[in-house]
Amino acid sequence: MSRSEPRSPVLTVTGLTVSTVDTELVRDVSLRVDRGERVGLIGESGSGKSLTASAVLGLLPEGVRATGSVRLAGVDHDLLGASERALAALRGRRMTLVFQEPMTALNPAMRVVDQVAEVMLVHRTRPDRRSARAAAVELLDRVRLPDPADTARAYPHQLSGGQRQRVVLAIALANDPDLLICDEPTTALDVTVQARMLELIRAATARSTGLLFITHDLAVVASLCDRVLVMYGGRLVESGPVHQVFTAPRHPYTRGLLAASDLTATDERGRLRTIPGSVPGAGQFPAGCVFRTRCDRADQACGQLPDWRGTPEHGHACWHPTHPGGGAP
Amino acid sequence: MSGVEDIPSGPVPGAGTRAGRRGANASLLVGGALVAAVVLLALVSFLWTPHDPTLVDAPNRLRGPSAAHWLGTDRFGRDVASQVMVGARTTLFVGVVAVGVAALVGTPLGVLAAMSSRRLGELVMRGNDLVLAFPALLLAIMFGAVFGADTLTAMLAIGIATAPSFARLARGGAVEVLGTEYVLAARVAGRRRLAIAVRHVLPNIAGLVIVQTSVSFGIAVLAEAALSFLGLGTRPPTPSWGRMLQESQELLTVSPRLALVPGLAIALAVLGFNLLGDGLRDRLDPRLEARG
Amino acid sequence: MLFQLTRRLLILLASLAVASVLVFGFMAVLPGDPAQVALGVNATPELLARTRHEFGLDRPLVVRYLDWIGGLLTGDFGRSYVTGERIGPSLVDRYGVTLWLVGAGMLVAVLIAVPAGVLAAVRHRRISGAVISGLSQLGVAVPGFLAGIVLVQVFAVSLGLVPSGGWTPPVVDPVEFLLGLILPALSLGLVQGAVLTRYVRSAVLDVLREDYIRTARAKGLTPFRALLRHGLRNAAVPVVTVLGLQLTTLLVGAVVVERVFVIPGLGSLLLDAVGNRDLLVVQDVVMVLVLTVLLVNFLVDVLYAVLNPRLRQVG
Repeated sequence: MSRSEPRSPVLTVTGLTVSTVDTELVRDVSLRVDRGERVGLIGESGSGKSLTASAVLGLLPEGVRATGSVRLAGVDHDLLGASERALAALRGRRMTLVFQEPMTALNPAMRVVDQVAEVMLVHRTRPDRRSARAAAVELLDRVRLPDPADTARAYPHQLSGGQRQRVVLAIALANDPDLLICDEPTTALDVTVQARMLELIRAATARSTGLLFITHDLAVVASLCDRVLVMYGGRLVESGPVHQVFTAPRHPYTRGLLAASDLTATDERGRLRTIPGSVPGAGQFPAGCVFRTRCDRADQACGQLPDWRGTPEHGHACWHPTHPGGGAP
Repeated sequence: MSGVEDIPSGPVPGAGTRAGRRGANASLLVGGALVAAVVLLALVSFLWTPHDPTLVDAPNRLRGPSAAHWLGTDRFGRDVASQVMVGARTTLFVGVVAVGVAALVGTPLGVLAAMSSRRLGELVMRGNDLVLAFPALLLAIMFGAVFGADTLTAMLAIGIATAPSFARLARGGAVEVLGTEYVLAARVAGRRRLAIAVRHVLPNIAGLVIVQTSVSFGIAVLAEAALSFLGLGTRPPTPSWGRMLQESQELLTVSPRLALVPGLAIALAVLGFNLLGDGLRDRLDPRLEARG
Repeated sequence: MLFQLTRRLLILLASLAVASVLVFGFMAVLPGDPAQVALGVNATPELLARTRHEFGLDRPLVVRYLDWIGGLLTGDFGRSYVTGERIGPSLVDRYGVTLWLVGAGMLVAVLIAVPAGVLAAVRHRRISGAVISGLSQLGVAVPGFLAGIVLVQVFAVSLGLVPSGGWTPPVVDPVEFLLGLILPALSLGLVQGAVLTRYVRSAVLDVLREDYIRTARAKGLTPFRALLRHGLRNAAVPVVTVLGLQLTTLLVGAVVVERVFVIPGLGSLLLDAVGNRDLLVVQDVVMVLVLTVLLVNFLVDVLYAVLNPRLRQVG
């Protein structure tokens, strides 16, 4: 397959809703990731960001259903509702996932090299076990693991968390995917290890791979991503280029997140700023605007669901957006 | 308006948790009902049985179920229904004593192993492993060989053989409790070990012990049945489900009912205690909540 | 690994030593006089004294213990107090029979439990999974000898497909041997299989929730292949431990099942010895059974370490 020019979408999600029998966990999420683009998806835990990623990959837990549309470039059918076999052929080949827990993401009873080689053997991108193993060692070198040949023979418990996460990244990159989804890949790591990991992800997605990077760490998004999507209560509340969203947030929730992450900003009593209240449990979000129970700008109008204003690539859903610049009206 | 409401953040309602709860409730209900039925049978048998369960009535031998004999009669003409009722008494009696011995010996030993010095703890647990190498039946056979088999040797054997599972469980639970901050605080405050054991450890492992009691009861019922079947348990003429089965074996072709009735009684009683244990586990041990 | 192995081996030897003292002490000290027990209350004092001397029962306990244990180590199990025959040959013979039973029962249990447990775990939200769980719950509650009685009634007495009991050694007639093994193996294996199914199910359920299964699926493995390649080996670790404990249960279960099917195994030898008050036979058989249990536990520990690479590195 020929690589098309940048700015063509690799992932297009439209109207994605994820629900259990009686509760909607993600509602009407639409997003797009272009080739070579790095998109950050941020929100507090419980905002539905990980479920969104799982829905894209078709790895939702049992008893959880997704509706809407998920399209991957070069695939002529919708991923939602596709057969398990069709999805399995895409996972690990065209779209891959690096997720949060490096300590548990690898099989404890299998050598690292075989776990990396497996993803190439499953998709037959290497002809035999030998060449797959050789390629695996190369990949381990590419993610800058020290002594890749030795590391390859190790079992996961012999590696540190950062090393394991690099093995997981090597697995994800093995077949040169079009779409790489990272679900909080650095949360469990030390700060210095985290920086190196981010550098690797940046290098890996420099060419034509699209990246969807899920995190609650705004600093990581600021340093890594081109564009950012903000989720709250299972809904997208704001999106746009990182620079613009972070300097001029329109949604009060985004503003709250930014204020909470700014360690130099304090309130009138000298305490760090936080968003008041806590994230409600799933299914307990209010009708209308999901954020209104914690929002200091909420009024009667917020009982109605706010429309999306702007373009899908840059917009927000709020009745009372803050003005560009972040000040009060 | 500030619009901040204090909405507690509940757990994500995974379908699994709910299904698990529902399953636990069903287990608890069915298990509880079966156990209650056995207990009721045993209690009623003290006051009333349709017939004297040991009364030999030769003319009426091997009769099928009738108004006079609900479950028929055995080869001596004894009333099967009455035997089952009194057999429930035997089963429960053996179970209570055996499991009681096991819990009262095993639990303190386990707590001791957790709270004492490493060397003593290790010693207790090694001894524990050693006792595990002597299954209940083997112990009962040894006791039987030496003292002559009866209900007492069966109860003791089952009790001793079951004690290690209590010790192991109690030790595990106690180690966990001892690592908590409130126990640390109690220690810092200078509380004596015995006081900590009684005030903190025992109440916190009570749930585990109760679950184990129910499960062990099922095992004890099975063991008693097996021992009586081998002639190493309850002696005639005291009715026992295991011996009823053994006596029925050679009459299987003539009257399968004689095996079916005590067999069903044993299976249902064991099922009851197992289900009750499962249900209680899900109720009392939050860590296992999600497991099926 | 080597250190672990040595340590385990030492524990095994120590356990065996203590167990032998327990068995000997219990049989020798508590009953008073084995000769009296063997000969009955009507024996004359002279006969009693002669028998005591003949079997070395008039020697000090320590000497008797050392004599017994020394004999065991050299394969000499002593002579029966009742018949005066050597115990060793028949014990070895019957041990073989019981091992066949236990092995066949274990095979049946595993053949039932692994597929049923995996299926019940994979389909734990569907009817089929619930049905398997329910059946296993029922199976656990059925005593092995009851299963045996019912099996005999149906397949031997009513249908006449297989013998209802007895034992044909494999060297005499392999076909008859296998036919005769079917029912005892089933009555041992069905019940243990039900128990094991529950453990397999919960081990597989645990493994299915592991992140590395998700990783495997993110690699493009179908759920079934992910479980097969990454799940089963990890699920095997807890199951093997249970399997070891089950061998103990099967060994004991065999004692009862031998009674149902009139099979001349270790269990029959033991029960007959109890009936005849043949205390040295009881003592020998109990020791052999305990030895087997301890040996199995040791092997399970070793296997556990082999299956679990995290333990292999320690020490």
